[in-house]
Amino acid sequence: MTEPVARTLRMLPPKPTGFSGADVQQRLSQRRRADARFRAYGLAAIALAILSLFLILADVTGKALPAFTQSTLRLDVPVTSEHVDASAPKAGDYEATVRNALRGLFPEVQSRADRKALDSLLSTGAADALRHRVVADPALIGQIIASKALLSSDADLYVKGVSAKVSTAAGVGAAKPSATSGAVTLDLAPDALAGVLATDLAATTTAAAAPVTLDTTTPSLLLALNGGIVKITSLASGKAEGEILVPLTTADAAAAGAWRHILIATPETSRKINDRQIAFLELLADKSAIERHFNFAFFGRGDSREPELAGILGGLMGTAYTMLVTLGLCLPVGVAAAIYLEEFAPRNRLTDLIEVNINNLAAVPSIVFGLLGLAVFLNVFGLPRSSPLVGGLVLALLVMPTIIIASRAALKAVPPSIREAAVGIGATRQQAIFHHVLPVAMPGIMTGAIIGMAHALGETAPLLMIGMVAFIADVPGSPADAATVLPVQIFLWSDLPEAGFQSKTAAAILVLLAFLVVMNGLAIWLRKKFERRW
Amino acid sequence: MGAAYIIALLGLTAAAFYLGRARGAGLRTSGARAHSLPVYHGWYTGLAAAIPMLLVFTLWSPLAPRLIEHRVLSELPAALQPADDLARAAVLRDISNAAQGGALADQASPEVRQAAATFGNLTSASDWLRLAAGLGLGVFGLVWSLPQVSREFRARNHVERVVLLLLLASSAVAVLTTIGIVASLLFESLRFFAQYPWYKFLFGLQWSPQIAMREDQVGQSGAFGFIPILGGTMLITLIAMAVAAPVGLLSAIYMAEYATPRFRAIAKPLLEILAGVPTVVFGFFAALTVAPLVRAAGASIGLDVASESALAAGLVMGIMIIPFVSSLSDDVINAVPQFLRDGSYALGATKAETIKKVVLPAAFAGIVSAMMLAVSRAVGETMIVVMAAGLSGNLTFNPLDAVTTITVQIKTLLVGDQEFDSVKTLSAFALGLVLFFFTLSLNTIALKLVKKYREQYD
Repeated sequence: MTEPVARTLRMLPPKPTGFSGADVQQRLSQRRRADARFRAYGLAAIALAILSLFLILADVTGKALPAFTQSTLRLDVPVTSEHVDASAPKAGDYEATVRNALRGLFPEVQSRADRKALDSLLSTGAADALRHRVVADPALIGQIIASKALLSSDADLYVKGVSAKVSTAAGVGAAKPSATSGAVTLDLAPDALAGVLATDLAATTTAAAAPVTLDTTTPSLLLALNGGIVKITSLASGKAEGEILVPLTTADAAAAGAWRHILIATPETSRKINDRQIAFLELLADKSAIERHFNFAFFGRGDSREPELAGILGGLMGTAYTMLVTLGLCLPVGVAAAIYLEEFAPRNRLTDLIEVNINNLAAVPSIVFGLLGLAVFLNVFGLPRSSPLVGGLVLALLVMPTIIIASRAALKAVPPSIREAAVGIGATRQQAIFHHVLPVAMPGIMTGAIIGMAHALGETAPLLMIGMVAFIADVPGSPADAATVLPVQIFLWSDLPEAGFQSKTAAAILVLLAFLVVMNGLAIWLRKKFERRW
Repeated sequence: MGAAYIIALLGLTAAAFYLGRARGAGLRTSGARAHSLPVYHGWYTGLAAAIPMLLVFTLWSPLAPRLIEHRVLSELPAALQPADDLARAAVLRDISNAAQGGALADQASPEVRQAAATFGNLTSASDWLRLAAGLGLGVFGLVWSLPQVSREFRARNHVERVVLLLLLASSAVAVLTTIGIVASLLFESLRFFAQYPWYKFLFGLQWSPQIAMREDQVGQSGAFGFIPILGGTMLITLIAMAVAAPVGLLSAIYMAEYATPRFRAIAKPLLEILAGVPTVVFGFFAALTVAPLVRAAGASIGLDVASESALAAGLVMGIMIIPFVSSLSDDVINAVPQFLRDGSYALGATKAETIKKVVLPAAFAGIVSAMMLAVSRAVGETMIVVMAAGLSGNLTFNPLDAVTTITVQIKTLLVGDQEFDSVKTLSAFALGLVLFFFTLSLNTIALKLVKKYREQYD
């Protein structure tokens, strides 16, 4: 009741009293302004905290999006007995089969450098799907199979527009090449590439009339015409010189709109994919051979050194086993400890010691628990290194205080009348607690347990200490296998230099956050549903 | 084999339970009431069968492999006898690999294959013996306990005593954990200090844990001076607190004093979400977004910023701690009795004046303890600094330089290092010991402060 009174007092208009001189009024408004300012600081602080939360989420989501789709190349692959022996389909050279199918799309490409560029578009796992199909059905050998070959990470990122800034536009006026391969001069309409010259390349030249030279440190300009690609090396108004990357079909003039330019604003030296590879990708895109679909493999594969083949299943299974061990240990032990301390413990020094201990353990840095695991579980007990078993043990000790504290609070919230009534009709203390108090306290205990498990789910540092950071490509099959967990997988990927892993890292973070949201949501739902006021 | 034993254990226990319960139920049909319910008789016989089996398992399992290893090694020819512990572990690994038919098992030498055969025979013999001994003792327990079931027998009291012991043992796990932490840290640290003088560790100004492989190698002499790491830890903590303390405290004040219930209902869960974000996510944000931003910002005003600057790690760590500071301070501010505020309002003070001159001074001890807990959290935080801070121990107070912290060094020294006896790995435990006692004393003082402050108003 005191609060409204205070508010009313503050709201009263200043009465003309002895204190109402002009300076008093001024001081009063100053004090009110100070109050408003202070209030604004508080609001700004909260806004800052919430803003940083959204900033982190937006940043991670933005970086993660490319990882959820995957680019594949539609290829008609002739599976010949030359590469795949019908008697041993498993040992076949499917990589060469797929490579040849891709080369077949560009019969005019002969030079080693060109072939290398073409091959590098394919992932090292491009032939995996084909291998599975042929091994499952050897009758396919000798047939032409419509297959989807995985693109390499660099090509994939280009297709998604992540690794380079690219803009394309249809050509203005006709373009007449002087040759179909090698060095070439192009006659263009005077205003054909005026926009590109003026805005995108302006910084590279001083005199407007002189031709602009393009090299690996400037943006790249490719022209797609007559079924081939020309890389421009020098550009002036109405005239361009260049080198043909993919041979043209004819040297006829391409009509207005029948050709286009591709401007890659990122210079060749600062991207992983070169102009030659881009030329092939653009032509493949023209043939609509490149498809993007949802990346199911990301959820179904283990770790890999190749970004396009890496998945989080290994981390997910490792997390599942670790959490299973953690929950199986810390829930029974934590609840039992809470029951003892809350219901049975005599008030003595030993009980005090245990209580102080639990409070202190809750604040011990998590990495110290990792040191404990390393020194005790690995070196003294000799448990398997890197295994979810040891990880689960360490995390169980780590979250035990949380669960004990939450369970004690839940037990304390059960009114004594329930215990008294049970004892009154002849139950023993233990019967009263196990049959009557514990079931009532269960929702609160479960809420605490879920929050503790969510904490354990995101924990990384102690698991680094017990060797869960090794590169493990296999999906673990039991808690004693070497494994890694999702947060450690995130840490491992974030350290890798390949650009493709950055989006994988962010995507793995989103999966981790999704699990945390579900767990915390469950805890809130439990609390709401079973909350009881006595 | 472990699985077979557990299945046998569960099976025998279940059988004993049902036998005991059935016998207990039989007491009731014959008229007068028994002391204990049938289910307690069941538990009694079940426990009598399970406890000896469990004891056999827990004693046998760690002992038997050592005896077998000893036996297998003693049968190896003298030429293959391992010289030290490391070679011993390697030989045993080869043998067990050959015994399990792992990769390269068929390339093992005939001696190793012979040893592997012995190893396999002994292991399976030991497993069978364990099962036989366990089952024998379990059945003995059952046979011993079943005739005790009678009308006067106080089965419930016995069972409840065992349950109470189990509960006590569970709460002792927390104490055991602490003992385990202190013992392992102390033991390994003492081994470190036996090889490296403690005063050089505590007061040394140079940290370069690489040990020279050859006598004549230049530099990298293996200096374990703690001061540069402490300086780096303090610098990052200071930056983090410079962010978290004002923002956390101000938001707590707003939440506790100004916010409407509706605003609180939205903002509080959002802050809790921020608190629940795993630290590895903050680390990713720090390393891949904030650090390049800080670097670019520095470059645009002509400053040379290290790519792993203390500033980036500290800023993000500050964001991480904001909800921690704010929720602790929120509790403390809410604990200030309302009559203090009312008295202030009655004197004509505005809300801000009341907060600054009455509420905050009254909550001062609690706020200080909240800040101490936050500092201890920042010092012990690992992932953000591992991902965004540097590795070299620069003794500097320039936030734009790269510094290293205690936790980063522990991680760097121990991850990927299989060898466990070098000064290098042992030094990580000395760092862990320092970290443990530092955070422990901060927490103890903070908890004492809060307790004292609570008592003041209770």
